[in-house]
Amino acid sequence: MFYREAGDFKTSYVEDSQTFPIAFDRWRYYAVLAFAFLVVPFIINDYWANAILLPFLIYAIASIGLNILTGYCGQVSLGTGGFMAVGAYACYKLMTAFPDVNIFFIVIASGFITAGVGVLFGLPSLRIKGFYLAVATLAAQFFLVWLFNRVPWFYNYSASGQINAPERTVFGIEVTGPNTEAWATYLFCLVFTVLLAIIARNLTRGAQGREWMSIRDMDIAAEIIGVNPLRAKLTAFAVSSFYVGVAGALFFAVYLGAVEVGEVFGIQKSFIVLFMIIIGGLGSIFGSFAGAAFLVVLPVALKLVGVDLLGWPTDIVAHFQLVIIGLLIVVFLIAEPHGMAQLWRVAKEKLRLWPFPH
Amino acid sequence: MKKLFATTMLATMVAGPVMADLVFPSLSYRTGPYAAGGIPFADGYADYFTLLNERDGGIGGVEARVLECETGYNTEKGVECYESTKGEGSLVYQPLSTGITYQLIPKTTADGIPMHTMGYGRTSAANGKVFSHTFNYPGNYWNGASGAINYLLETNGGDISGKKIALVYHNSAYGKEPIRTLEELSAKHGFELSLIPVDHPGQEQKAQWLQIRRERPDNVLMWGWGVMNQVAVQEAANIRYPMENFIGIWWSGSENDVLPAGDAANGYKALTFHNVGSDFPVFDDIQKYVVDAGKAAGAGDQIGTVLYNRGMYAAMLAAEAAKTAQEIHGTADITPAMMRDGMEALEMTEAKMEALGLPNFGPAFSVSCENHGGPGLVGVTQWDAGAKQWSLISGYKPTDADVIGPLIEADSAAYAEEAGIEPGCS
Repeated sequence: MFYREAGDFKTSYVEDSQTFPIAFDRWRYYAVLAFAFLVVPFIINDYWANAILLPFLIYAIASIGLNILTGYCGQVSLGTGGFMAVGAYACYKLMTAFPDVNIFFIVIASGFITAGVGVLFGLPSLRIKGFYLAVATLAAQFFLVWLFNRVPWFYNYSASGQINAPERTVFGIEVTGPNTEAWATYLFCLVFTVLLAIIARNLTRGAQGREWMSIRDMDIAAEIIGVNPLRAKLTAFAVSSFYVGVAGALFFAVYLGAVEVGEVFGIQKSFIVLFMIIIGGLGSIFGSFAGAAFLVVLPVALKLVGVDLLGWPTDIVAHFQLVIIGLLIVVFLIAEPHGMAQLWRVAKEKLRLWPFPH
Repeated sequence: MKKLFATTMLATMVAGPVMADLVFPSLSYRTGPYAAGGIPFADGYADYFTLLNERDGGIGGVEARVLECETGYNTEKGVECYESTKGEGSLVYQPLSTGITYQLIPKTTADGIPMHTMGYGRTSAANGKVFSHTFNYPGNYWNGASGAINYLLETNGGDISGKKIALVYHNSAYGKEPIRTLEELSAKHGFELSLIPVDHPGQEQKAQWLQIRRERPDNVLMWGWGVMNQVAVQEAANIRYPMENFIGIWWSGSENDVLPAGDAANGYKALTFHNVGSDFPVFDDIQKYVVDAGKAAGAGDQIGTVLYNRGMYAAMLAAEAAKTAQEIHGTADITPAMMRDGMEALEMTEAKMEALGLPNFGPAFSVSCENHGGPGLVGVTQWDAGAKQWSLISGYKPTDADVIGPLIEADSAAYAEEAGIEPGCS
């Protein structure tokens, strides 16, 4: 009844091609943004920020990044953890080498450095695809983690090989280090997430996104109609790695504060981001958010219900988490291979016709 | 339901001030590749507080409450656990993970909650002038490294120059901790040190032990944890490395680590900073008040194992620090800030341990603001595969303060500069 195109007249091409063509959708989007920017910062506490919202926002950036590469351009990557490590270590080296540069620009710069590394590891994608490419990116994952563990220059020769984020401020308010306020770290990450999501959305529905999708759907046909596969694949690797690098930098500097590369950016991280985009939906920006929210919130929710509400032993609950999440992944793959984004799409289609479906 | 809720609310409101309790969070890990070490420690930690509640009615008349949170040795879950428990008035954190410790050092300091990393974590936290809220008494990794070398000196008639010593270590912050000390000691005593890293989780060590087989070092030291220990002991047995020349750190010296290798593990040695076995009066009380009452944590099958004892020792030190804090501040219901003062003024004497039913269980020591690390006395235990038990073969001996002291100064000064801390005692 409310959710329909009828009566919403577009008088220019710009209006016609906007992200949310339906008025109801548009207002909902503005409402969510307003809530996130104007309400949440006032009600947030340490627990909500550090246990749920920060990981959600950061994983959302990482899964948008991987979605660009895997969902839009069809190149399977298992190197996400390694690329996040590049972002984190680039951020650390830049933070300690240039203490006066604003952390905002350092995070962006870390993204660009990761983009460079990503292009380097994307080169094999010109020759190999599918499973073989997955194995090549797996090599990147192990190589990068090994490198950051092996070469002391990356961790400034500290005795333990750990990197610690020093205190940095934005407009005089601390966003990294131990003395941060929950709302400040949240807003800092939120700005990045929203900016990057908007850019990703517009990249993927423009000419660049069409190139990527044509490579994904059939690379030979794409080449015949004039898409340069070299350019398309390498830009996908670059943009994707940029996103993943920014996520890694935020993960280290804002969320964790101290990082040990093998434990935090191991193969586990690559898989969890891959699960996020599979559950959320390949080739969808909304899917990246949905998948990230699902895999961040679900373990916490299960823990709250199991331990705090039912009073079960912590180890039983931890085992149940693995069982339930594994089961859900299988169920999703069978029942809805296109992920939560597809559910959302179907719901919107139904809403458009409601309440008169015929 | 509603009525029940209302009654509970009323009950908590009425009974609130009386039912105050002392919260001891336990960031445990009963799952994952390190669970074999995490379970007995968590059981021992919980059981000791249960014993205090059942036998003495708590600490100074106030019940102790153990808040368990599963981390799986994972830093992200550790953060979640810390945030979810700190609001409950948690007195002291013991994460039993060097990775989570690094994470929590700045956070606990900012929140004013003390953290006790007994025999793990950041070694230079022994300097209380810089690390105001972190304690690592009674011993740390650098004491361990020096203790191992001292033991080798002792068994070799005081001369180990020219000997080859290999360090097999978990390739993480934890495993890398002793390297700096061992390098200094190698320069001082003239032995040759070779470093052999093992990546997390350490199930695959064929290459490392092949290297040891080729190089034939006179001694092998190990900084391992979890499944890595069992694999290493098995691999050492496979290449027929003489077990009595193989020394593990205290985290590589529990029953779980040697039992899988069977008789081949006989003679394997490990360092320790507390006693082993269940031949102490306190275990009778645990049997009577905890096990027989059906209140044992976990499966209740770990009592008397090395890591159970260590968990119990950690709980005992925490309880004693809480008692000290209660004495200093004259109140039974202490806050984290008071707990910190209690830890800094903690004094463990032989008489105190005797009274607790733990005679000669650990070294006697006292903590001060300058020294959060205790005396760093290190003993050596050896595994007897026939009797299936560990025994203390070398008592607690002092370590090389000339080497460790300056290293602690340097590392803590680096941290102070990095974090902008003005060193000093308040």
